Amino acid sequence: MTSPEDGRVRSAEPTEVEPGSEHEPDRHDPDARGHFGPYGGRFLPEALIGAMDELATVYEKARLDPDFVDELNRLLRDYAGRPSLLTEAPRFAEHAGGARIFLKREDLNHTGSHKINNVLGQALLTKRMGKKRVIAETGAGQHGVATATACALMGLECVVYMGEVDTERQKLNVARMRLLGAEVIPVRTGSRTLKDAINEALRDWVTNVETTHYLLGTAAGGHPFPMMVRNFHKVIGQEARAQVLEKAGRLPDAVTACVGGGSNAIGMFHGFINDPGVRLVGYEPGGHGIESGEHGATLSEGTPGMLHGALSYLLQDEDGQTVEAYSISAGLDYPGVGPEHAWLKDTGRAEYHSVTDAEAMEAFQLLSRTEGIIPAIESSHALAGTLRLGRELGPDGLIVVCLSGRGDKDMDTAATYFGFMES
Amino acid sequence: MGRLDPVFAHTREQGRAALIGYLPAGYPTVDGSAELLTTMIDSGCDIVEVGVPYSDPVMDGPTIQAAADRALRGGFRLRDLFTVVERVAAAGGHAVVMTYWNPVHRYGVDRFARDLAAAGGLGLITPDLIPDQGADWLAAAEEHDLDRIFLVAPSSSPERLALTTAATTGFLYATAVMGVTGARDQVGSSAEGLVARAREHTDLPIAVGLGVRSGEQAAEVAGFADGVVVGSAFVSRAEDVTAVRALAEELAEGVRAPAPAR
Ligand SMILES: Cc1ncc(COP(=O)(O)O)c(C=O)c1O
Repeated sequence: MTSPEDGRVRSAEPTEVEPGSEHEPDRHDPDARGHFGPYGGRFLPEALIGAMDELATVYEKARLDPDFVDELNRLLRDYAGRPSLLTEAPRFAEHAGGARIFLKREDLNHTGSHKINNVLGQALLTKRMGKKRVIAETGAGQHGVATATACALMGLECVVYMGEVDTERQKLNVARMRLLGAEVIPVRTGSRTLKDAINEALRDWVTNVETTHYLLGTAAGGHPFPMMVRNFHKVIGQEARAQVLEKAGRLPDAVTACVGGGSNAIGMFHGFINDPGVRLVGYEPGGHGIESGEHGATLSEGTPGMLHGALSYLLQDEDGQTVEAYSISAGLDYPGVGPEHAWLKDTGRAEYHSVTDAEAMEAFQLLSRTEGIIPAIESSHALAGTLRLGRELGPDGLIVVCLSGRGDKDMDTAATYFGFMES
Repeated sequence: MGRLDPVFAHTREQGRAALIGYLPAGYPTVDGSAELLTTMIDSGCDIVEVGVPYSDPVMDGPTIQAAADRALRGGFRLRDLFTVVERVAAAGGHAVVMTYWNPVHRYGVDRFARDLAAAGGLGLITPDLIPDQGADWLAAAEEHDLDRIFLVAPSSSPERLALTTAATTGFLYATAVMGVTGARDQVGSSAEGLVARAREHTDLPIAVGLGVRSGEQAAEVAGFADGVVVGSAFVSRAEDVTAVRALAEELAEGVRAPAPAR
């Protein structure tokens, strides 16, 4: 064990991540009915309960089955390109009070974000269940693209629901999904964003549940989705932990991630959840600022309520009507959040703050110009928060941030935002 | 003893099924919905389901989605629900409320049950609350003497049918097809099978909903079920009280002419 003079060593030697360990049941699992403390559960129509039970049973078996774990790990390695790199960002870190900042490069995964981790896992489960049709929702389009990709790879029919607002701001991803053979259905109800895409996917699922798997893209929804999606993303945090120990010789002071539904964050957090000295910090979309009322800061500003199958924090009015979220980032524009985050917030194990559109876009440009890495606007929320946190920690600080995706898909939004298209 | 037991005792005595009509409170307006629901009762609905407009109705098709949306845009508040229930009850109707769970959770489960009972409501239908998650509601229903009407679906396993029927009072709501609300040409043969499977677990009256829109379909369902639920077909006529009355009358005839079981 190394022992730097600041005495901040908190743990052991760099360890190899044991393949498959992310799927082993542990004390952070919810109870048998999917409760994290009071949160989670299943607030869904009876018509779907059979399918949820089947999924839970198949997953519980698969997570302990070496054949499943081996096949998933093979795909993650040979197809998705894992392990993803851990890259130090010194020029970016100069803007963060000199703290050391490492980027967990989920943007380098095949299809350009962390979403592929969960998608490959669930696509394998779909095959195990003998289902031939997959539906998914998507906000930024990254989950839709990952799902369309896995369906192409495994010969599954794929239908993706996407809010009309998002089909506009993430056009490139709509084209990618269609090229991959998926049907993309624009959703014109409600806020025409992620929330409504999930509603529409659930309606499809209720109708076609016998033949169809709903490949949910985040760690939300009814049990077993929050736990299962988390476990498929734990690899992010487990790799990051081993990598930072190797590169920095110690555990970080904090790990950070953006929080939409919460999947990249929960995956990152779980690599460090048993390291009490490591702060787990999530950044939610502050949109035009909390005061403006136009944001998606569910954990910071919401109250307990149900949406899409689980009790968690929720942006809602006095009557329990969901309030529409807003963010410049399509992937974070969601009024709900996964139930485990609600529990981590209440227990104080994790903390959540908000980052405005403007702060995120500044960080988006800053990382591009200091490190030559164009991040997704979603991930830019984590980067902006990390700049703040770095200044708070000072030059001795060490932070690992989950760079959940790449920003190619965001060029339209960015060009408009920064006026790059003006001649 | 369920609050709706006398209604079904009466319809059984008459050798027919009960007609159950649905309309969201606040659609087209709060007053308008109270009037339409009263008309539905006067024209032959034995029970009315007063819907709570909700922002994220995942069990509803386009017709009811649009109605809920319009009610919410029109300023519908949860307190208006109790006004509508009160007016239906005052007109001599048997009213139950159909609601997604979050509005109840937010209002406070016990408080909601208390206010519903005080308004004269007889029970709650909960499309996204299964009994396994409903301990607080089961307790509140007991306390305030309300029926708790849970749903079963063609996909419900025997275990789930047993669990759900055991928790239900008033009547069991059997969804005819796998799918969302909306008028259909065919009610689906799965309904009859589901009702038969559910009867192995319970003596409760069983009502079938999802898709019924004509007197003929109502007669068909009345051939094997104790109640026929009609929603979207009423909602799509809500602009026209004469059409609502005509539909209720047609359906009321249907439930009185049960088609012989196939
Ligand atoms: C790159 C990227 N990061 C983050 C998110 C937010 O999702 P989650 O909070 O589930 O990680 C998305 C969602 O679309 C995304 O595309």
